[in-house]
Amino acid sequence: MLLALKQVTKVFNEGTIDEKVALRSINLTLAPGDFVTIIGSNGAGKSTMMNIISGRLFPDTGSVWINGKDVTSLREHERARYIGRVFQDPLAGTAPNMTIEENLALAYNRTKRRTLKFGVTKKRRDFFREALATLHLGLENRLTAKVGLLSGGERQALSLLMATFTKPDLLLLDEHTAALDPARAELVTELTKEIVEKYKLTTLMVTHNMEQALRLGNRLIMMDQGQIIFEASGNEKQSLTVERLLQEFQRIRGSQFASDRAVLG
Amino acid sequence: MSTAIFSAIESGFIYAIMALGVYLSFRILDFPDLTVDGSFVTGAAVAAVLIVNGTNPFLASAVALLVGFVAGSVTGILHTKGKINPLLSGILMMIALYSINLRIMGRSNVPLLQQDTVMTAMTEAWQKAGLDEAINGIFSFSGFVPRTWAIFVTMALVAIVIKLLLDQLLKTEIGLALRATGDNKQMVSSFSANTDWLTIFGLGLSNALVAFSGALVAQYGGFSDVGMGIGMIVIGLASVIIGEALFGARTIARATLAVIGGAIVYRIILALALRVKFLETGDVKLITAVIVMIALIVPNMIAAQKEKRRKKRKAQERGEHVASA
Repeated sequence: MLLALKQVTKVFNEGTIDEKVALRSINLTLAPGDFVTIIGSNGAGKSTMMNIISGRLFPDTGSVWINGKDVTSLREHERARYIGRVFQDPLAGTAPNMTIEENLALAYNRTKRRTLKFGVTKKRRDFFREALATLHLGLENRLTAKVGLLSGGERQALSLLMATFTKPDLLLLDEHTAALDPARAELVTELTKEIVEKYKLTTLMVTHNMEQALRLGNRLIMMDQGQIIFEASGNEKQSLTVERLLQEFQRIRGSQFASDRAVLG
Repeated sequence: MSTAIFSAIESGFIYAIMALGVYLSFRILDFPDLTVDGSFVTGAAVAAVLIVNGTNPFLASAVALLVGFVAGSVTGILHTKGKINPLLSGILMMIALYSINLRIMGRSNVPLLQQDTVMTAMTEAWQKAGLDEAINGIFSFSGFVPRTWAIFVTMALVAIVIKLLLDQLLKTEIGLALRATGDNKQMVSSFSANTDWLTIFGLGLSNALVAFSGALVAQYGGFSDVGMGIGMIVIGLASVIIGEALFGARTIARATLAVIGGAIVYRIILALALRVKFLETGDVKLITAVIVMIALIVPNMIAAQKEKRRKKRKAQERGEHVASA
């Protein structure tokens, strides 16, 4: 198993009137090469789960395993050795006052110890240029432009490249197209598909967009109130439609899907 | 008059080293570090006491630099491991250092007048080599002959070498991570960098420069005093802000050069201000605060004015367009 969550529970504001159980004894395993999409209404626990996998949050009980190793007590920067991550906010994944090549150099060191050698060398610059060309955005000609000058779509595409070009064991995508306009979202979705296939990355993608969740990946998970309530993979997933998903949700929960965004997004 | 400007530039180079330290914490790490008021004196105190006890002044200055690094690191540890707010971590360290500085010196003031210092050593070597005559020859047309060029030139060199080293450091893998820590902390951890460690290291480095500058200022002025660091952070900020406003900060190399320029301009403004009959030496802090206020407010006002004019012009262009159509 590449990733395993075992009996993971997380409660916020425990013992207060604001107490909220974000995750209830979640079990999840990913085999190498799995591409799992996660859907669910707001507050279902999707982002909490991503933060617990990446090490930004720690579970109250339960454990997180990557490559057969218990990483539950490792902090975010220690786990980042195995994990590439793209956030919802296009501003979150890059450093705005640094140039494109400096950002890439920073990402390039994800799996290596940082030294007092120069971050951007001629050899690396060539490599960066080549990698940027795969985005088809012309960024390979703007290596020394500050990232703060890029548009949201360009920054998100760059974030995706930075998270993936060092071939992480696990790729976490946290609604990474949600903040983009439809055309840009489509572009980043296509790039995601291309990159994941090219490097055969094991991927976990949270999305609000059901259509996107159906189109991408070989497995689909639906979450609600801190639990995984529905799962489909292989042929079963291939034959799913948005209507079927909504019916499933009603059948299991006996209510309308809570978030309009989940339907419309 | 020219002597006053000359010594303003001279001391400007020495204070520029402190300003580079402030630039590192304030701009690169985005950490307003008030430790500076204490660590500047710590550097001065350590160097002064070592020199009085017969240590080689160059070695004494190097030790001051190391002690400054430790002081800055402690502030970093208070913030990252102790989870204390940045401003408060600095203030706590500043207050703690006040007592520590008194302990180091054993009293509130240590004079260095009869001692061998970096400054006296450089001046002697310089005179032996006969360099002053050579430089005065070049500048003979100006009719200005300073006491010696030794301190001016060597301090300029020291400041520039430190600037160049800092520029290079900020391009290394560790340097990039350091800059990203101040730019987007969230993102750096997701690329395996330990932001706690980087913050501690960065603040250590910043205060090492500040303490080194303090050690040099003590040797330049001929004494170390427990009160000499009061308002030092504001002087550092003044240098950074004035420098960036006057000389630009588009790249790191440009910004660090601007900081040195800013430190010198600040000293010149101060020298000129003190020539005004009405003002006394005790007014220095007030003048400094006013300079920083002006330096912070005026660029914003100018930018707002420009924006207003730009919008007006645009509106006019649109208006004409409509009229002609």
